Amino acid sequence: MPDLCPHCQKEVALDAYRICPACNHYFPLTIVQRLELTVDAGSFVEMSAEMRSRNPISLAGYEDKLKENEKKSSLNDAVTIGSCTIEGDNAIIAIMSFAFMGGSMGSVVGEKITQAMIEGALRGWPVVIFTASGGARMQEGIFSLMQMAKTASAAALLEETKTPLFLVLTNPTTGGVTASFAMLGDVILAEPGAIIGFAGPRVIEGTIREKLPEGFQRSEFQQSKGFVDALVSRDKLKQTLSFLIKTHTRKEAAHG
Amino acid sequence: MADLKQSLDTIETVVKTSYTCEGTSSWDCVLRSRQQGRPGAKTFIDLICDSFMELHGDRLYGDDPAMIGGIGMVGGRAITFIGNRKGANFKENVLCNYGMSNPEGYRKALRLAKQAEKFGRPVVCFIDTPGAYPGLGAEERGIGQAIAENLKVFSTLKTPVLCFIIGEGGSGGALGIGVGDKLYMLEHAVYSVITPEGFASILLRDPSKAKEAAEAMKMTSHHLKEFSVIHDIIPERSTEQTAQAIKETIIRDLDVLCNKPLDNLVRYRLKKIRGIGEVSGGKEWWQPLLEVFTKTESLR
Repeated sequence: MPDLCPHCQKEVALDAYRICPACNHYFPLTIVQRLELTVDAGSFVEMSAEMRSRNPISLAGYEDKLKENEKKSSLNDAVTIGSCTIEGDNAIIAIMSFAFMGGSMGSVVGEKITQAMIEGALRGWPVVIFTASGGARMQEGIFSLMQMAKTASAAALLEETKTPLFLVLTNPTTGGVTASFAMLGDVILAEPGAIIGFAGPRVIEGTIREKLPEGFQRSEFQQSKGFVDALVSRDKLKQTLSFLIKTHTRKEAAHG
Repeated sequence: MADLKQSLDTIETVVKTSYTCEGTSSWDCVLRSRQQGRPGAKTFIDLICDSFMELHGDRLYGDDPAMIGGIGMVGGRAITFIGNRKGANFKENVLCNYGMSNPEGYRKALRLAKQAEKFGRPVVCFIDTPGAYPGLGAEERGIGQAIAENLKVFSTLKTPVLCFIIGEGGSGGALGIGVGDKLYMLEHAVYSVITPEGFASILLRDPSKAKEAAEAMKMTSHHLKEFSVIHDIIPERSTEQTAQAIKETIIRDLDVLCNKPLDNLVRYRLKKIRGIGEVSGGKEWWQPLLEVFTKTESLR
């Protein structure tokens, strides 16, 4: 069945990479689709699958919103984590889902990202994170803000233990996720055309009272400004991650 | 006797309302925290320090007037001070971009924090900002990366860090100088993930409902104390008295924290940060964290 490309409005047939053949628009991937393209078949072992949000500031309507999103997305929250192998090498992987409340980071996202990083530090396995997020989950108030500190402090632990952290920024990666773990990778990759930034475009336009330039906050812009190491097309992602894992393995210094 | 009881009750009420935010609405706190003329970081620094020298620049791009930094002497102890600066009048407000920092501000803060670590000086941060500046240049120069780096580095900085929210604690811009060993709030300060106006327009779909949003967001010092996000509330009296209360807190805490082994201090800080969040179906998290500490030479 053909898909309608939201970018060029053409009806197109997509393969597993889900890139529009007409205009190169990247369609979002489900967790299963992302895993199929990234990890070795059958190697993924999920962690903390049953973790769910509470309602820490007792906000009216939040619990219903969570249930609604669970039903709509078949996910328990906006990130899935686990262990896997990539071209035969062990790794810890975390994949965010924009489909669940815009990929927003509340306590569950913060906790699972942190858990993934600490697991990586413990096992000495590289950590690979795919981001897709509108930012902090406002419904959890101050607790969502604190997840920025929590995930960044976990990144500090990876630094102290010299465990590699690789980020793959996908569309969109903004707000509190950009201002925490998304910008803390040893290597930061991005999918082409993804929106990556801190403040939303409308907020910035409101501040400067003019239209933003074409391509502002896209991955290409972020690479030219020095915040992204490389733009990698989906069909090259697995081999790129494998290259990074192999080149970031620490060898004991030779003696004598 | 009944009269005595009644007058005691009255005194208690007076004490409560003048020392705490109870009885004051969240929206009142929002307005008070933003009030023009409210003492800012520089006012407190001048009242607390015997002497103070401001240090400028991030050594990368420029100097951000919205972030003040420098070294002060407090009773024979050198302390690095970092704070948001809004300015005391309209002219200064414009110069200081109303306390909204660009990446240079966060990178100056980072530079001074690392300098403090190098020379064994504790760090005190005064938070008072609506948020990081949402401008074109800020994005081009990586405001997200600048804040992220601060969160990471401050979480393992090997020197004591005390943070005080003295006015507006606005989102990531506040957190960018808000990770430390202890976090305090002045009584009428606020701290939130987004402004009540933003919350109202995005979640309540009605920008005029900022007042309701402020209540729903639980952003006052009392809420945050209840959530254990902050260590304590500092009562607000006259500017001099408030400054004195902050100074006493600084001296009391540093007398303890400066005598702790640094690896111990950082482990405790990391544990505190690691524990924040409300989830169901989570595993115990401290065991893996302790194992990482054991594995890590610098934190063993």
